[in-house]
Amino acid sequence: MWSLLLNTNTGWVLLSTTMLGIAAGAIGCLAYWKKQNLMSDALSHAALPGVVITFLIFQEKNLLLLVIGAGISALIGALLIQWITTSSRISEDAAMGMILSVFYGLGIMLLSIASRSSGGNQSGLDNFIFGQAAAMVRSDIRTMMMLAVIVILTVVIGFKEWKIYLFDQSFANSIGLPLKAMNTLYTFVLVVTIVIGIQAVGVILMAAILIIPAVSARYWTHSFKCMLIISSIFGAFSGAIGTLISAQGRGWPTGPFIVVVAASFFIFSLVFGKEKGLLIHYLHRQNQSKQYRVNQLPIKGAIK
Amino acid sequence: MSQPVISVKHLVAAYQKNTVLENVSFSIPAGSLTAIVGPNGAGKSTLMKVLLNLHPAITGDITFFGRPFKEVKKRIGYVPQRGSVDWDFPTDALDVVTMGLYGDIGWFKHPKKQHKARAFEALEKMGMQAYAHRQISQLSGGQQQRVFLARALVQNADIYFMDEPLAGVDAATERAIMATLKKLNALGKTVIVVHHDLQTVEDYFDHVLFLNQTIISHGKTQDVFSKDNIRRTYGGNIRWLGGVD
Amino acid sequence: MTYTAWIIITASLVGLSCGLIGVFLILRKTAMMADAISHTVLLGIVLAFLVTNEVSGPMMLIGGIGSGLLTAFLVQSLHSLGVQHDASMGIIFTTLFAIGVILISTSVGNAHLDIQHALMGEITFIPFDTTHLPLIGSVPKATLLLFSVFLIVLVFIIAFYKEWKITSFDPALAVSIGIPALAMHYLFMALVSVTTVASFDAVGAIMVVAMLITPASAAYLWTDRLAIMLILSSLFGVLAAISGYYIAVFLDASISGSMAFSTGIFFMVSFIGSPKHGLLSKCRRPSRANQTSI
Repeated sequence: MWSLLLNTNTGWVLLSTTMLGIAAGAIGCLAYWKKQNLMSDALSHAALPGVVITFLIFQEKNLLLLVIGAGISALIGALLIQWITTSSRISEDAAMGMILSVFYGLGIMLLSIASRSSGGNQSGLDNFIFGQAAAMVRSDIRTMMMLAVIVILTVVIGFKEWKIYLFDQSFANSIGLPLKAMNTLYTFVLVVTIVIGIQAVGVILMAAILIIPAVSARYWTHSFKCMLIISSIFGAFSGAIGTLISAQGRGWPTGPFIVVVAASFFIFSLVFGKEKGLLIHYLHRQNQSKQYRVNQLPIKGAIK
Repeated sequence: MSQPVISVKHLVAAYQKNTVLENVSFSIPAGSLTAIVGPNGAGKSTLMKVLLNLHPAITGDITFFGRPFKEVKKRIGYVPQRGSVDWDFPTDALDVVTMGLYGDIGWFKHPKKQHKARAFEALEKMGMQAYAHRQISQLSGGQQQRVFLARALVQNADIYFMDEPLAGVDAATERAIMATLKKLNALGKTVIVVHHDLQTVEDYFDHVLFLNQTIISHGKTQDVFSKDNIRRTYGGNIRWLGGVD
Repeated sequence: MTYTAWIIITASLVGLSCGLIGVFLILRKTAMMADAISHTVLLGIVLAFLVTNEVSGPMMLIGGIGSGLLTAFLVQSLHSLGVQHDASMGIIFTTLFAIGVILISTSVGNAHLDIQHALMGEITFIPFDTTHLPLIGSVPKATLLLFSVFLIVLVFIIAFYKEWKITSFDPALAVSIGIPALAMHYLFMALVSVTTVASFDAVGAIMVVAMLITPASAAYLWTDRLAIMLILSSLFGVLAAISGYYIAVFLDASISGSMAFSTGIFFMVSFIGSPKHGLLSKCRRPSRANQTSI
């Protein structure tokens, strides 16, 4: 294990997936309260054609360029979902399902063209489907960390504005918060988080590290601030531990391991969480019905 | 007083950790027209859902005609809140009313002409025959509510539960619905309505059940519909416009 | 029968079954369940493979249905424990899918089962793996499987037509008149799973999602009649399969990817041009469109 950490590239990879986990944990909380958990799934799938088109144009695997391409294509997906839901009778989940599958289909279509036109050169692109953190080079890591820091800072600096925006939009509007701008910013940071994650986690499972830590954090606190912090911690550990495990085997994808680690945190929180955990809930319920049985007779008397 | 059609004893129900109904006990006499009133969050809709087995009770006994819900299901009709369904569903008014008969038609069989005829008759009773083949999203709120009521009529039940049938409907629909309820009542049916408009309670209902997590008061309208009970149910901050003393 | 004909017939069968099932997915507002199940079915297939060492046959179907039902059950359970519905979906399907991928990449190896295949499908190989049927002659196994699944779907939809209708429109009423909405929900999820597993081999996970959701959504914009919506949806599914195949041939690209993309074209045309609920129709009579949307 230590020899792995001493290998400098692994150390850097580890640091970058940890940062990714923090960013995803924080943005996941925003998505959770915006009730848009599956939006991240739709948008991460929608990023695929952008990655492939950028590669087809520039013919190189430069992460910054690919991230920009992925971002544009995910944003187009987001706009289409919004357009379809607001101007037709199609519900949001159907619109998300369509954008997800149709964009992904387009991505696969283009990927098959890319693999034909450039020989074996595109093999790195396959990593975008399941994530291969170990395949990242130093410049990729630098790009990823820089973007993750931007995302984290956006959440931290605007903390109280985000809170009002998520809790009560009409109130936010009445005190002069620019709702449209915040909507745009929200979509923007969500898309940035997704696209920096797809190299390490892959388009298919990216949604998981946005959704799972946020929901897990919910079991430990009622404060939005604490939820953000706990969710980021869960995200960070999921990213780090998942990366470490996947480094144990040759060619093991990173994404699934990160997701399974995050899911273990979730199960732990679900059972033992101090706010809504099953154990606490069960004890509370026991207590409640005991109390009720004790009180039953006097109440009956009082009504008559 | 005749045997009660509904009898509820020590009912407790909750959503997650929050207890919504606490030690609710009451009985509804046969042939009554009862309004359930109470502030938002008092548990009115929950009570209805628990009675209809749509939401689990923690403890408590519920019987209809002295028997459990499962045995008398067919004698109970339910009109949910209008907002509980998606009116963009691809179907027309007549078809929605026919749905009230699906329980009678039975598995693997499709509705026959006679079922459609019965549904049409119910639509007629609600003055909706002209809209039978209209897509349901193109009906007004009041017309949608009448379709729902027609669907309940076609069920030919003995007890009817209605969740806010008068919410957001036009005056004509309100009159039509109330006339129908009175007619059902005259036929000896028992009708229980979640109601939100305190000002019309005295005109429309012969029994009132004041609910705020538990029963505040319950009985004949002339006996229990008092300022005092309203204040106890709604708390101090009710803006009461009527003339009850 | 020629190679191309078999591919088109196979893909059309996927379009037919998915088109029918998709209508109820849309109307029950559970479109994303299709996405979830299409992913978790992978776990069922992997487990079936670990037991039998086969990537086809009845065990694979059973594994797929089992994992589909497990997904539906776990999502329902988490939701009833107070987790937002879409969040529980997001947790369950990504986790089960991740476990499936880990099993493939660590223990099973890439020998017989590979993820690429499962996600993208290998419709091009389908015509080579045939079986002999009396009277008809040699038929690709996958086509036969999809035909049986299509019949199953058709029978279930017709047999329970009014039950599907009422449980989709007003589950509370359904329960109150004695139709078990929950049991119908799980039966429906089983149908989604069986359609997904059968289509998996031919077209892969993602195209199944496209075929399930997109043609039905397009059909929803053309009609206010359920029966017509079912017919249109399966028609769109078949047309998208055929046109997708020719797009793929023309561009020399992935067949399943092109078919998924093609369903999108059908939707966009309906979204803009449908005389009933399309964008253009709203420009023509804006007042009425507004009224109905409220």
